[in-house]
Amino acid sequence: MIRIEGRDKVTGRATYAAEYPVKRLAYCYPVQAEIAHGRVAGIDTTTALAMPGVLTVLSCMEPPELSPEADPELALFQRREVAYRGQFVAAVVADSYDNARAAAGAVRVAYEPASHDVRLRADHPGLYKPEKVNPDLPTDTEKGQVAAGLAAAEVTVEATYTTPATHNNPMEPHATVALWSGAGDLTLFDASQGVTYARNIVAQALGLRPERVRVVSRHVGGGFGSKGTPRPNAVLAALAARAAGRPVKVALTRHQMYDVTGYRTPTIQRIRLGADAEGRITALEHEVAEQSSTLVEFAEQTASPTRIMYATPSLRTAHRLVRLDVATPSWMRAPGECPGMFALESAMDELAVAAGLDPVELRVRNDPDAEPASGLPFSSRNLVACLREGARRFGWQDRDPAPGARRDGRRLVGTGVASSTYPARRLPSQASASIENGGYVVRIAAADIGTGARTALTRIAATALDVDPDLVRIELGDSDLPHASLAGGSMGTASWGTAVTLACQDLLRDGKHGFADTTEILRTLPNLARHAFGAQFAEVRVDADTGEVRISRMLGVFAAGHIVDATLARSQFIGGMIMGIGMALMEQTVTDLEFGGFTNRDLAQYHVPVNADIERIDAVWLDEEDDELNPMGAKGIGEIGIVGTAAAVANAVYHATGRRIRDLPITPAKLLL
Amino acid sequence: MKAFGYARAADPADAVARFRPGTMYLGGGTNLVDLMRLGVAEPEALVDVSRLPLSGIEPEGDGLRVGAAVRNSDLATHPLVRERYPMLARAVLAGASGQVRNMATVAGNLLQRTRCPYFQDVSKPCNKRRPGSGCPAIAGDHANLAVLGHSPACVATHPSDLAVALVALEARVHVTGPGGTRVVPMPGLHRLPGDEPQRDTVLEPGELVTAVTLPAPPPGASLYRKVRERASFAFALVSIAAVLDVAPGGTVAGCRIALGGVAHVPWRAERAERVLRGAPAGEEAFLRAAEAELEGAEPLPRNAYKVPLARNLIVRTLLELTP
Ligand SMILES: Cc1cc2nc3c(=O)[nH]c(=O)nc-3n(C[C@H](O)[C@H](O)[C@H](O)COP(=O)(O)OP(=O)(O)OC[C@H]3O[C@@H](n4cnc5c(N)ncnc54)[C@H](O)[C@@H]3O)c2cc1C
Ligand code: SF4
Repeated sequence: MIRIEGRDKVTGRATYAAEYPVKRLAYCYPVQAEIAHGRVAGIDTTTALAMPGVLTVLSCMEPPELSPEADPELALFQRREVAYRGQFVAAVVADSYDNARAAAGAVRVAYEPASHDVRLRADHPGLYKPEKVNPDLPTDTEKGQVAAGLAAAEVTVEATYTTPATHNNPMEPHATVALWSGAGDLTLFDASQGVTYARNIVAQALGLRPERVRVVSRHVGGGFGSKGTPRPNAVLAALAARAAGRPVKVALTRHQMYDVTGYRTPTIQRIRLGADAEGRITALEHEVAEQSSTLVEFAEQTASPTRIMYATPSLRTAHRLVRLDVATPSWMRAPGECPGMFALESAMDELAVAAGLDPVELRVRNDPDAEPASGLPFSSRNLVACLREGARRFGWQDRDPAPGARRDGRRLVGTGVASSTYPARRLPSQASASIENGGYVVRIAAADIGTGARTALTRIAATALDVDPDLVRIELGDSDLPHASLAGGSMGTASWGTAVTLACQDLLRDGKHGFADTTEILRTLPNLARHAFGAQFAEVRVDADTGEVRISRMLGVFAAGHIVDATLARSQFIGGMIMGIGMALMEQTVTDLEFGGFTNRDLAQYHVPVNADIERIDAVWLDEEDDELNPMGAKGIGEIGIVGTAAAVANAVYHATGRRIRDLPITPAKLLL
Repeated sequence: MKAFGYARAADPADAVARFRPGTMYLGGGTNLVDLMRLGVAEPEALVDVSRLPLSGIEPEGDGLRVGAAVRNSDLATHPLVRERYPMLARAVLAGASGQVRNMATVAGNLLQRTRCPYFQDVSKPCNKRRPGSGCPAIAGDHANLAVLGHSPACVATHPSDLAVALVALEARVHVTGPGGTRVVPMPGLHRLPGDEPQRDTVLEPGELVTAVTLPAPPPGASLYRKVRERASFAFALVSIAAVLDVAPGGTVAGCRIALGGVAHVPWRAERAERVLRGAPAGEEAFLRAAEAELEGAEPLPRNAYKVPLARNLIVRTLLELTP
């Protein structure tokens, strides 16, 4: 389907958070910590307060009232301790953005710096075992004896893979406009991936009952996870508006986004793999070291995909975390699966080489009957079909496995494959449906972050109602609407679609009005392993003289249940794969070891791929029927595209050059030395 | 951004007359305005020179005269440039993006400032921005900084592609200023950091670039090649502008090599050129030349890759230029 709000977006009529026309709007600009660790000794606001248009200054010297329950990243100005460079320590409210910014520059902050530690190391003495990893998974799992499995193996691979910190770069920067009513109710126009959740978290931070807060995000220009939780801009806008007694806007700059809107943790991953002479895996171990801040324990579930991928009698996964003087990592497209599968799927390629087996065949041979770590049956699993279909379309059968064997002029050509996977989950949501003015209106506090959720839900509602999609209107992006889960974890369409379908069915029964709440239904689901699977094939050309890597072909084949809308799905798959190519070849935020924070904090220095990097890219999918999912039979598709891509590219680079790069991104620097 | 005055100059003399300490000339603004937003540049006043009558490209004998306010896009697509200096057109098109090139001027491009991450972050020390404050890049993030000609005070690189081509073409930069007019040869406009890294070029305060003239194209074939991890809209890791003239007997009659991304200046590879002159054109001599040039390289821990990269680039580009 053509995107419903497409015309509004390209004509500039779609209103984003920072654009809401609000009367008497004031502007707030944060002052950020210039040390990585220590304490604010004092803040001199005299000059700033005397500057033109300045209304007030907020700072940790006079902590504004917030609930003690506030998430530590949102508990602005409550403590004088600095947890990371870039943390907000004060903020200026003024009558214009420029005045606020100028005055923020005149706020003098004196620090008592303490020594800092911002470097993740595999042997960091601070590494510990968190209680659980995101979203609520066991930290470690163990089945059988890895040592015995390795001892029995004919071939083994032991290698360490590392991924750097990376940042989401949605086109729309984070922004919030906050308005308090006379009665003390708060409205936020916010760039959010989930208004119900944002409302609850902001209310918690401010010590308000959730009903007193309304969050509106009708259009969101991308998030990828960075807008999944309310960021400091949301609470700052609320505090500033309360202090100034008028509406306030906080619009983050791209630099500030790098500091306070989360990033993917760097990871150090050790894999040990063993297989018998036929390539059947006898042991698989995946150990991860990663970081979080001193404020919040954020434990990325990096080894979680290893628990579901391949059959093996002995399997161990483990996560260790170290708390550094850094900002809290957060969600970035396919958290866990994405970095974890880079390691596992690179190691599988190494195993294929060591065992002299075709990498597609190796994966097929180790396809499990049940989920390896848990023993649960799969609701559906079509990884093998994806691999086979991809191999057929990509022309894999003619591949000479010898590395460095094919050339195109001065460029070395190689192909690589990797599997991908992503869980198919749902969260409780509500929706209402009614007949109004001869059409159907469906209401749900869902989010369209640029994925086309509005369009997909229109289609789902039209299907449930058996009417033309033109007769259906979806209202979303407002926490006053029936509560919904957030756009994250590839759960949106499945979670909201279930509520929308049920609400529409209820409307058909009632004739006037329908409502659904999926909380109960989700509680009583049969215990099954529900995941989408896919296979990525990449062909790279590596310049033999310069180490430049370009993607000449990339193909993704996915099995993700029923695809609700082909046009939208293709964009999600391809977009995910392009982001994965970025991860493989260029994306990295460089930690500033001396000063803390990151050194490259804009789009001139943090590179994401452009058209010229990729010649051909395509995504296809298999028809997959799965009755154990939801009324649509759909698995999420927002994230699986990125999973596996980096490994497919790295494996292709190995095939092209004979060089195994285990440390992302694969830059000319690494290939030349 | 700090408040500033703004005036549009009527002609070059007017621009120079309006110059006071704290004044800066404004070209397309694609670098200067960014630096003002970052607080790196804090001019009291801007004198806009982008609309001065300096936007012509005219033949001058067998050479070319290019006005300082010519936009990068116009330079790259001008028929005379494409015909006589295809390497220059390629260099310009390898830089930035279409949108940036539409705004950027010739003078602004030559005088753009380094992309060193510390230079751009006013919350950190940097000798180039705040003389005497230190150079954190040396122990820190210098992956894309200099391997040649740097000093203990600064290891920055000059980011321009255009300047590399102009150094190989031996362009001349025409300036007018409070002290009169003069011509600065390239190489020679940009300077090594030494202990005054705050000075990127030999220009004196208030000197206005009015034109760049190009002598007749040197004989031989030429090429510009730029290496970067992203295929477009990225600064060079290393780039090369090369001209090679091979005599009928197969010896090198003439040759010019300039490197980008390796130094505080667009680096003229004079040592390599000396090795090549009169040598038989071929891989062996090209490698010897590259190694002679890079003997003087002093890579830092995280940019050592630039040495083999520059070497390979010199050899490969010369091979491609060999008939
Ligand atoms: C994201 C990004 C990527 C880029 N990538 C590349 C790249 O790959 N390669 C590349 O070469 N460049 C690149 N650039 C830089 C771009 O080429 C420069 O910003 C541009 O050329 C500067 O020209 P301008 O006219 O806008 O200069 P301005 O920003 O107006 O001025 C730059 C400097 O020149 C001075 N100045 C301007 N005109 C005169 C004059 N007539 N006389 C004396 N002084 C003068 C100004 O005072 C200022 O100090 C990139 C820029 C951006 C933003
Ligand atoms: S390299 Fe030069 S520009 Fe960079 S921090 Fe050092 S002094 Fe500043």
